[in-house]
Amino acid sequence: MDWYVFTFLTQDGLTTGAIYALIALALVLVFAVTRVILVGQGDFVTLSALTLATLQAGKTPATVWLLLGGASLVCVKMLAAAAREGRLAQAPRILLMQMTLPCVLALVCWLVEPATLPGALKVLLSIVIIAPLGPVLYRLVYQPVAQASVLQLLIISVAIHIAVIGISLWIFGAEGFRTLPFTSGNLDLGEVSISLQSVLVIGIALALIVALYLFFGHTLYGKALRATAFNQRGAQLVGVPTDLAGSHAFLLAAIIGAVSGILIGPITTLYYDSGFLITLKGFVAAIIGGMASYPLAAAGAFLVGLLESFASFWVSAYKEVIVFTLVLPVLLWLSLTTHHVEEEQH
Amino acid sequence: MKKTTALLVTALASATAMADINIGISLSTTGPGASLGIPERNTVALLPKEVGGEKINYIVLDDATDSTAAAKNARKFVDEQRVDLIIASSTVPTSSVVAQIARESRTPQIALAPFAPTGDDKTWVFTVAQTNELMASVLFEHMRANNVKTLGYIGYSDAWGDDWHAVLTSSAEAQGFTVISNERFNRTDSSVAGQALRVNRGEPDAVLIGATGTPAALPHTALRRLGYKGLIYHTHGAANQSFLRIGGSALEGAVLPVGPVVMWNQLPDSHPSKSVAAAYARDYEAAHGEGSLSPFGAYLMDAGLLIERAAAVALQQAEPGTPAFRAALRDALESTRDLAGTHGVYNLSAEDHFGHDERARVLIQVSNHQWELLSAGD
Repeated sequence: MDWYVFTFLTQDGLTTGAIYALIALALVLVFAVTRVILVGQGDFVTLSALTLATLQAGKTPATVWLLLGGASLVCVKMLAAAAREGRLAQAPRILLMQMTLPCVLALVCWLVEPATLPGALKVLLSIVIIAPLGPVLYRLVYQPVAQASVLQLLIISVAIHIAVIGISLWIFGAEGFRTLPFTSGNLDLGEVSISLQSVLVIGIALALIVALYLFFGHTLYGKALRATAFNQRGAQLVGVPTDLAGSHAFLLAAIIGAVSGILIGPITTLYYDSGFLITLKGFVAAIIGGMASYPLAAAGAFLVGLLESFASFWVSAYKEVIVFTLVLPVLLWLSLTTHHVEEEQH
Repeated sequence: MKKTTALLVTALASATAMADINIGISLSTTGPGASLGIPERNTVALLPKEVGGEKINYIVLDDATDSTAAAKNARKFVDEQRVDLIIASSTVPTSSVVAQIARESRTPQIALAPFAPTGDDKTWVFTVAQTNELMASVLFEHMRANNVKTLGYIGYSDAWGDDWHAVLTSSAEAQGFTVISNERFNRTDSSVAGQALRVNRGEPDAVLIGATGTPAALPHTALRRLGYKGLIYHTHGAANQSFLRIGGSALEGAVLPVGPVVMWNQLPDSHPSKSVAAAYARDYEAAHGEGSLSPFGAYLMDAGLLIERAAAVALQQAEPGTPAFRAALRDALESTRDLAGTHGVYNLSAEDHFGHDERARVLIQVSNHQWELLSAGD
């Protein structure tokens, strides 16, 4: 092990670690607010990267139809609820609120030749297509069962993940995709060369982590979300709309996932089912953070990334075993040091 | 009245079904093997539709690249559909579980993955995919010609990666090279930089990447980014257009053995697979778009051609749907001679249930983002 190998592996580990950190943050966020372990978090990553790859290939991404279909279902559901309660006067408002963005996106994709869009707009379009899928997913699937136990919610998440993988295989096919690099330059520091792409990934990930920290610690809305996470009923009593909190947590998670996809797309080949392994690694990091602490989860993610990178150099055949075994001592430590609090019963 | 009609229809349906030949096909169209299973499923429409005036019914099920599901499919074929032959499956592990059921029920099976049972276990199992030994042998010739003494290896951490590593290490001594590294990665890994670095530091004369399709491009590009200048070999599993698309210019000069069907438009006219492969490739690309051809779909086509020839013989001996027909079909398959398929010429025997010779492999390299024929193997 010399200096060159060390810096190379560290750079590689920090880059993948940054992606895992974003996933871990989203997992902690969604779990804290809604008690859902979002197994499909990694699927937002692959969906956005594959959407961007499709746009870059000059084709219309089918994910926009997925969004349109999902949003329509949400609309039907909300209209049915409104009709049942005799609030049909709200129908136009519901339609306007739920369908404007998906319809505009569908129109853009339908009317504009994707090949003519500038690169930055393609990136933006991919994020804007994937991000609303989060709230759509929440309203369709999780909101009606918001009071279910953590285990039931986890099983639902697994089912959703399998369904999304199926849809994604159908849309994108079984072969992998890679998006165009943002930059191909290298930063030369003596004999060590650091790729600008890695710097960009780590930089944006860190910026997002800081932004989330500021949002939750220093804004009223962030504090309201945190209140929902601590005690849902209590938050309801002081006037926090908890349903909206769930929907917004999913929106944030989807945005984080979509941005991660854009960041990781040029570095590696992504497949319709790559998301699962990414979620699992992020999940290991989230567990290191006790599914509650953002800074610990982020630190855990960088640890997972580094461990994976060094393990792939020394004993590549056992890489996954080593990474996932990391969970055991952490769980042991957590179970010895924390007091178990019975989940709020309903 | 309605009931009697329904009964009549059922009776009629079963009467015709008795005479039809039923083939159960279990493919991995979802899960990790999907890039193999999907082109195979797409090929079902191109298979022979009748033989000797008898209709052939194909029943296609997905096994999700899962051995348990493959076994369940095979049971369904044998117990409920009473099929005359099973084609299964896209990967070695899924093929091997079906083989047990094929043997128990005395139903012939054609595997599309290089699954190689030995002894009595192979009685009912035939394999259309080339053995990895056969494909590796043409690489060894190329290595000798290019004076490769040390070989690095990066492969899947699954059966495909293990088998290729075993083929390399078992023939290394006889071929005069040493395998100096053995790195593994997963299909969906987000980085293989560590493995590539390790291989690169050994400074091998050449590297072989034991992976399939687009995932095979990732170690290749990682090695080139590290400045590795030596030869890079791939396996025949890598040969599809998506691999070229993903790898881009980093793949220039990559050498790999493939079945003749991949090079159908560059094969010499004298190659026995030329016309069969060209016909299949044109039909397939007409239905699924230019550049969609995959060597995996072509395996199913060859299975269909084998069945067409063997069923014509077996039909003279027994009625489809009976144990006697299944046994006759097995015997007829085993005595197939000189059948030109898309992947070479099949000569099966009691000892050899693969039936390939050197005409089943051609050596190609990547040049200007396209395949270029190096030698046609005949």
